[in-house]
Amino acid sequence: MDKKISQFNMLIVGTGGQGQITLLQILAEAALFEGYDVKTSELHGLSQRGGSVEIHLRFGKKIYSPLISQGKADLIIGLEMQEALKVYPFANQKTTFLVNRQIISIPLVKNLTEKEVLENLKKISKNIILIPATEICQRELGKAVVAGVYLISLAAFKKLIPIKPISILKAIKKIIPEKYLELNLKAFNLAKG
Amino acid sequence: MGEILLNKPGKKIILLGNEAIVRGALEEGVNFVSSYPGTPASEIGDNFFRLAKKVGVYFEWSINEKVALEAGIGASFSGLKTLVAMKDFGINVCLDALGPFVYTGTKGPTVIVVADDPSCHSSAQWEECTRGISYLTHIPTLEPSDPQECLDFTKLAFQISEKFQIPVMIRITTRAAHQRAPVKLGRIVKPVKVGKFIKEPKRFVTLPPRVLEMKKELLEKIEKIKEFSEKSKINKTCTGPTCASSGLSKSQIGIITSGISYLYVMEALEELKINLPVLKLGFFYPLPEEKIQNFIKKFKKVLIVEELEPYLEKEVERLAKDVNPKLQILGKNLIPEVSELKPEIVTLAIAKFTNKKLKIKNYELKIDIPKRFPQLCAGIPKRGSCPYWLVISAVKKAVDTKKVIFGGDIGCYMLFGTPLLNIQDYLSCMGSSVGIAHGIKKATQQKLIAFIGDSTFFHAGIPALINTVFNKSNPLIIILNNQTTAMTGHQPHPGAPAEPNGVKIEEIVKACGVKNLKIIDPINQEEFINTIKEFLNKEEVSVIIARRPCIWIKK
Repeated sequence: MDKKISQFNMLIVGTGGQGQITLLQILAEAALFEGYDVKTSELHGLSQRGGSVEIHLRFGKKIYSPLISQGKADLIIGLEMQEALKVYPFANQKTTFLVNRQIISIPLVKNLTEKEVLENLKKISKNIILIPATEICQRELGKAVVAGVYLISLAAFKKLIPIKPISILKAIKKIIPEKYLELNLKAFNLAKG
Repeated sequence: MGEILLNKPGKKIILLGNEAIVRGALEEGVNFVSSYPGTPASEIGDNFFRLAKKVGVYFEWSINEKVALEAGIGASFSGLKTLVAMKDFGINVCLDALGPFVYTGTKGPTVIVVADDPSCHSSAQWEECTRGISYLTHIPTLEPSDPQECLDFTKLAFQISEKFQIPVMIRITTRAAHQRAPVKLGRIVKPVKVGKFIKEPKRFVTLPPRVLEMKKELLEKIEKIKEFSEKSKINKTCTGPTCASSGLSKSQIGIITSGISYLYVMEALEELKINLPVLKLGFFYPLPEEKIQNFIKKFKKVLIVEELEPYLEKEVERLAKDVNPKLQILGKNLIPEVSELKPEIVTLAIAKFTNKKLKIKNYELKIDIPKRFPQLCAGIPKRGSCPYWLVISAVKKAVDTKKVIFGGDIGCYMLFGTPLLNIQDYLSCMGSSVGIAHGIKKATQQKLIAFIGDSTFFHAGIPALINTVFNKSNPLIIILNNQTTAMTGHQPHPGAPAEPNGVKIEEIVKACGVKNLKIIDPINQEEFINTIKEFLNKEEVSVIIARRPCIWIKK
């Protein structure tokens, strides 16, 4: 990156077990490769078991807080649609929402429909990108589990994150264990299109 | 993960706060580490568990935090460099051992890491601010803000412990423990020391009248550490995000902060584009009182930014009396005492403090977004569902859940209390499902089922079980024997059949004098249901060990 941005704030949200912490590690390493200061925040333990998971990643020249302030997110990656909408207080008119077209329903309550989520996201920002990542990864690779890696790679290729795809690739190779590397590289290449 | 052992001084790698503490201890050549798992501290033990053999460090998951600390005290008395790690509630269990340890002091330098969880993300019991323990026991306490400080302060804590022969506490919070950031590495030192206990009863035996001499010696030691704290660079003054020390003298207002709150203060000053003198305290106890007095003496007002209880605020109120009695001290009137702080809360407080206008644009969507509660594992590919579902199913079939009281305890089965399942009528601390059950059974004629996990049973359930036998009450206790400490990340405990030094739960239960005991795999629903019905009518305490492994245990 020739011109360093002073600050970039992103959230990755979804439900427990969607691999958010791995995505966080990949992006943090990639940001460090590019010479940025990085701070992240995550939660462990019972709170993440099947519940909502919200992780924060910030990079730039100098980063203090590991948490993003309300209204300050540049990019929100939603691995599940209702979860993407839930964090709207972090967004502003310019925030990009990159959202996996998937609703994981919550038992015994009224869930939101795709349409309801989209309508409401549009009230916040015009930059809503809906991608059926789970479906694409299941169809092309036979594994829906890499939908997250596919989405962060896509974000880099589409220049939604000021990190070069090559840095994401380097970070994937560093973070993902040997056993799963091939599959994750396939997800990265799939995002390349 | 593998990088934590990288021996390239000066290189920057990304570490989690907890990993940075591990790294700091390795750079100091720690010999002996003990812990009991608990979020947000678990990764400290997890990393030592994984690395101990490779780096030549002794590590154990102890049975509870008190035992972990006592083991650490023994190692320290034998001259070893020691680290003990736990979550906030663990230090409460330790308190009985911690008090005397601060009196006797250390022989091998000893650091105790305690992780608070403001907002109770993973802590059901209460929102604890462990800083109170520092006053109670006089243990010197440091508060790091980020992973770099987690590493640096851990090293410093060992050095303070060595210099003053006193245990030192590192108090972190969730947002420091689970914060990742680049950390500059030092050099890992190979631990070489072999322990030797040399008899020194005057030093290691707290017995009156010697114990009161020890207290006097401790207070003298604290005075010396206070002098050290006055000079320490970890209590630093800076202005705004640039941290340049120019222009400090003119300001009539300033901010005092510590730990994670410091990061939010810097964030806020950057956001508001203002520079103010900021005193960042790395020491919580003992405080550099002169440094604080020098900082506040010319101010008209000062803002104290701290999470949870206002300990610093009260100290500043006391210190201002001598040097600046008219000083206006703001703190908890602008900063909430409940829940963790967030950058926008601190920004708003500083805006009010500096009379700066802050434009906040709040979006309000008129839509009910359904809450997604954590839940017991269900329908996991290739693994199936949590065995506790079978326990719930049997209980619901065996009894009228409206008429029976259900005692909860600490573990994944806290989720029995979610609206969906709704079989948890009280929940308190580790082991208390049984202890409280006894009291209810003594006070009432109502039927009661107490749930307790296996690791929790070993941790704090056994004395309570013996109490039901000795003092005669008859709750039905269901020990959920999933053979691991599941909630905190599957750490081992003695109740797992794979453990070579395992301890059989049924042998303990029998030895406690319990006559009504059955071990049932909850997959056998009919037997489980019938046993619950039968045991609830017994006149003495009864125990069912529900034995079926957690689906995440490697087979």
